Amino acid sequence: MTPPARGLRRAFAIPAPLAIGAAIVLLLLLCALAPGALAPYDPLAFDYNALLQPPGPAHPFGADNFGRDILSRTIYATRIDIQIALFATLGPLVIGSFVGLLAGYSGGLFDLLLGRTIDLVLTFPFLVIVIAIVAVLGPGLVNMYIAVCVVGWVFYARLMRAETLLQKQLDYVAAARVLGYSPARILFRHILPNAARPIVVYWVTDMALKILLGSSLGYLGLGAQPPTAEWGVLIADGKNFFTQAWWMTFFPGVAIVMAGLGFSLVGDGLADLMDVRR
Amino acid sequence: MSAAPLLSLRGLEVVFATRRGALHAVDGVDLDVRPGEILGLVGESGSGKSVTLRAILGLLRGSARVSGEVAFAGEDLLRAPPRRLEQIRGAGIGMIFQEPMTALNPVLTIGVQIEETLAAHGQGDARARRARAVELMREVGIPAPEARLANFPHEFSGGMRQRAMIAIALAAAPRLLLADEPTTALDVTIQDQILRLLKRLTDELGMAMILVTHDLGVVAETCDRVSVMYAGRVAETAPVETLFAAPRHAYTHALLRSAPHGGTPRAPLNPIRGQPPQLVAPLPGCAFAPRCDFALPACGAERPPLVELAPAQASACLARDRLPPWRAP
Repeated sequence: MTPPARGLRRAFAIPAPLAIGAAIVLLLLLCALAPGALAPYDPLAFDYNALLQPPGPAHPFGADNFGRDILSRTIYATRIDIQIALFATLGPLVIGSFVGLLAGYSGGLFDLLLGRTIDLVLTFPFLVIVIAIVAVLGPGLVNMYIAVCVVGWVFYARLMRAETLLQKQLDYVAAARVLGYSPARILFRHILPNAARPIVVYWVTDMALKILLGSSLGYLGLGAQPPTAEWGVLIADGKNFFTQAWWMTFFPGVAIVMAGLGFSLVGDGLADLMDVRR
Repeated sequence: MSAAPLLSLRGLEVVFATRRGALHAVDGVDLDVRPGEILGLVGESGSGKSVTLRAILGLLRGSARVSGEVAFAGEDLLRAPPRRLEQIRGAGIGMIFQEPMTALNPVLTIGVQIEETLAAHGQGDARARRARAVELMREVGIPAPEARLANFPHEFSGGMRQRAMIAIALAAAPRLLLADEPTTALDVTIQDQILRLLKRLTDELGMAMILVTHDLGVVAETCDRVSVMYAGRVAETAPVETLFAAPRHAYTHALLRSAPHGGTPRAPLNPIRGQPPQLVAPLPGCAFAPRCDFALPACGAERPPLVELAPAQASACLARDRLPPWRAP
């Protein structure tokens, strides 16, 4: 290999874990964007000739107790679970970053109140408080997003506050103040882009956590509702037939593991690539 | 004083609340800067030079308590409302920093940072701002300014970064530039270029400057007048030639004597004995008295006032007339 080519290879070298993670995430995104193109059957169509059929040529992942194709249901479920990964993290991301930025920059009473609020929210186990809120609001995806938002923003706020405290001591912030910029301009144009790096990394990792949470709640009947195909719901469907039809729980379970692994690998890879201290 | 001062500090005090007690970082500083003048502010680490600069612009926050009077063109900055302070910052008083890497925003290009300053002070449309940015880059001696505007700070060398920072500060056309050790982080050859640049710019633009440094050579080369700080107080203020020829404060005298000179190989150094005082427990008298070779009994009893000896010259030393003649090397 000629030296320039080697240099080029090094410049574009992506660590293997990040590449694997990115491949998994891309596959999931493909499933979520175009499930119709990939799935061989309608995920809701009953087929009474294929009840509890084991994996085979017609149904590679087998069929469930109504004869629905597990492969198609798993692929269609990706759409819901990727939606959970996005919507369950966006609210906390935006609210938490905003609050953390303000608290870190202004300090004083607001910062103190925020710190106590974060401590208060963290006192409750995350899953328990989310389940409690969903139980009050009623089961369903939208209520789940609200519940996750109520609790989840504290993690982003804590991270953003710490990073803002670090950034605001740097001279470029003093320089911006010396140049007569308004506080809003300093916060959003100067500090925010510089403080965003750890938040972005945490965001990707958080997507993995929220997919796990979403399927846990789906399994418990508090998230997506049957007959919607969602991985947690699929596992719950299969649990009664576990001894006769292992494939009903196994393949959606593999999908959850893959999704969790994929997003975690991308998060870790980004952290290394962007040199974020953890 | 010949002309009315542009900036005038009277009894400026900055006290930090620390775990060990109140720390008097700046302890009653009086300074005057006249229009177009370069005032050097020298002193060792912890003497309060940088804190004084930051207090002028209200950059200190948190545990710092600032009192006294900071008058800029007759306006008291310590009591100015935040809106007014935003206007004065940049357009009235600009500042450049010691470490240009951290003082430039790493995620914005140099061009954007210059144009942003122009926009913040309401200058022209986008096209005019771009043209002015190129002009400013040329003025501070950055080659190929059009191309360099698109570069990020990390693509600049140390000296070029400092030039870019000066260009950003100049974009707001300040009447007074505060320079906080602008050459300390640079190579000696680059230091010299930057100092010449600053001197030329103050001449051309009629801008005044406070140059904070711990380097007496920088002062001699650049400044019109110099104030020596020790333990948060002004020890002596004098025109540069006067200060180097005949120091009128025991601390300045000791400082000049301790500076190593070229020409005499392996000459022993003359350090100032002892340590600077603890700022949490200010001494009742002159802060330098415990280390002073010429101290009088009165020096330790009461704080010597800053006495005006001649126009633009003042000293806070009771022993100023007992100092042996200083022979410049």
